[in-house]
Amino acid sequence: MKSKITLLVVLGGFAALFTGCATTKVQPWERATLADYSMRPDRDPMHNTMFEHIYFSREASSGGRGVGGSGCGCN
Amino acid sequence: MSLPTKIITGLALGLALTTAAWAEVKIGQPFPRLDGYALEGTLPALEGQVVLVDFWATWCAPCKASFPAYSELQHELAGRGFVLLAVSIDKTNAPYAEFLKRFSPAFPTVRDGSQKLVAEVKVPTMPTSYLIDRKGVVRAVHSGFRGAETVSSLREEIIRLLEEKP
Repeated sequence: MKSKITLLVVLGGFAALFTGCATTKVQPWERATLADYSMRPDRDPMHNTMFEHIYFSREASSGGRGVGGSGCGCN
Repeated sequence: MSLPTKIITGLALGLALTTAAWAEVKIGQPFPRLDGYALEGTLPALEGQVVLVDFWATWCAPCKASFPAYSELQHELAGRGFVLLAVSIDKTNAPYAEFLKRFSPAFPTVRDGSQKLVAEVKVPTMPTSYLIDRKGVVRAVHSGFRGAETVSSLREEIIRLLEEKP
C-alpha cells in the first residue's frame, strides 16, 4: 500500500513537472532569429509572384486575393 | 521523515524555486546592480542618479525607433542628475557596432552579449525600459515604445523623480 502511494506521488510529481514543458515559450530577448528578414514569408518577390500566378490559375479567379470585384457584378 | 513526505517536500521546493526564478523585476523592487553582468562597454556613474535602463536590440524595429526621442530626453535632462543607459541584448557585436556607428546616440550604451542581465530582469517585451530612482528602486516600467505617448509619460516620471529629495 505504501509503495503504491509512493508510486502515485512520484508519477503525479513528474506529470506536474512535464506539464511545464508544454508552456515553454520563446522569450522576448530570444527572438533575434525570428525577427530576421529571412524568416518573413514575403521575403522573395519572385516566389510570391509565381505563387500568386499558380493560385489564380488554379482557382480560376483572376486577381486571387487582394483585388475587389468579381464576375457576379455584386461589387 | 518518510519517503513520500521527502518527495512531496522536494517537489514543492522545486516548484517554489522555479516560480521564484521566473519572477520578473517589477515596480518597487531594486534593480540588479549592473556591474555584475560583464556588460561590454563602459558603464556610466549611476550612484545617486535617476536612471532609465532601456533594453533594445538591432533586430527590434521599435527599439531603434525610440533612439531619436531618447537622445532628446538625454539632452534635455542629463544636467539634472538623469542618466539614460541603453542595454543592447545583441549576441554578436557586428550589428551592434554598425548601428552605433551609424546612429551615434547621445546616451551611453552597453551590450549584454551573454543575455544574463536581460534574463535576470525578464523583460516582458522588446523594448522595455525601467525607470530607477536615486536609491536604485524601479519606479516605472514601460513595455514597448509608443512614440510621443511613451516619451511624454517618461518625461513626467523622470522630472518627478528628479524633484524628489534624496
